[in-house]
Amino acid sequence: MSMGQPLTLFGLAGRSMSAQLVRMNAAASNLSNAGSIAASEAEAYRPIRAVFAEQLDRTSGLATVQVAAVVREQAAPIKQHDPDHPLADEEGNVWASPVDENAEMVEMLEASRQYQNLVEAVSTVRQLMLDTMRNR
Amino acid sequence: MSESLFGIHGMALELRSQRMGVIASNIANAGTPGYKARDFDFAKALQARTLGMDAGEAEKAATLYRVPVMPSLDGNTVEMSTEQAAFGENAVGYQATLTFIRGRVETVTRALRGE
Repeated sequence: MSMGQPLTLFGLAGRSMSAQLVRMNAAASNLSNAGSIAASEAEAYRPIRAVFAEQLDRTSGLATVQVAAVVREQAAPIKQHDPDHPLADEEGNVWASPVDENAEMVEMLEASRQYQNLVEAVSTVRQLMLDTMRNR
Repeated sequence: MSESLFGIHGMALELRSQRMGVIASNIANAGTPGYKARDFDFAKALQARTLGMDAGEAEKAATLYRVPVMPSLDGNTVEMSTEQAAFGENAVGYQATLTFIRGRVETVTRALRGE
């Protein structure tokens, strides 16, 4: 992040687009770990989630988005009784990751929608600025 | 010089550009928990600007928080439909102001050429 330089509309859109990308990556990681099995409750994969925060640039008055943190959800892994599984403990239990595929799909859809909205806004701004430049 | 050449349109273009930033900030923060959408009344800001305030002061004087139609649980008050409509309206306003300025410049150019 370049400090001191006032934020432009393009910088604003760029930053919030990369925030949306982090969110989409988190959802993709969760999806790819959906149903993965672990030997103990502590080792099981827990879904990750990007937390957004507003970032106000005081010089220009523009507010962009930053990823304040990527946190792990506290959802409990699902205990499954499967004695034949190679990772099963002495009681014959394994733990599956508590990923809700539907929720992750919705998360991805929302992130891509917001990304598209930003692309749309940027292309409008770009066109208007070019028109202003070409003013004869 | 530019004040008298472009008249109100120069100020209007500046304010339109600022409003574009405000609405783009709202669109960018559509997923931020607790973010409150802002916007400013363009007519009010332009009036304040013509009374001698600078562009930043005029914007501040006319800025209000947006009242959501349906508040969401996470405290975010951005509603995409409202923001997109406002952004579109503002872009058209910008385009129109630009046309007025272009017309003004053309007029002066023609007068200078003496055609």
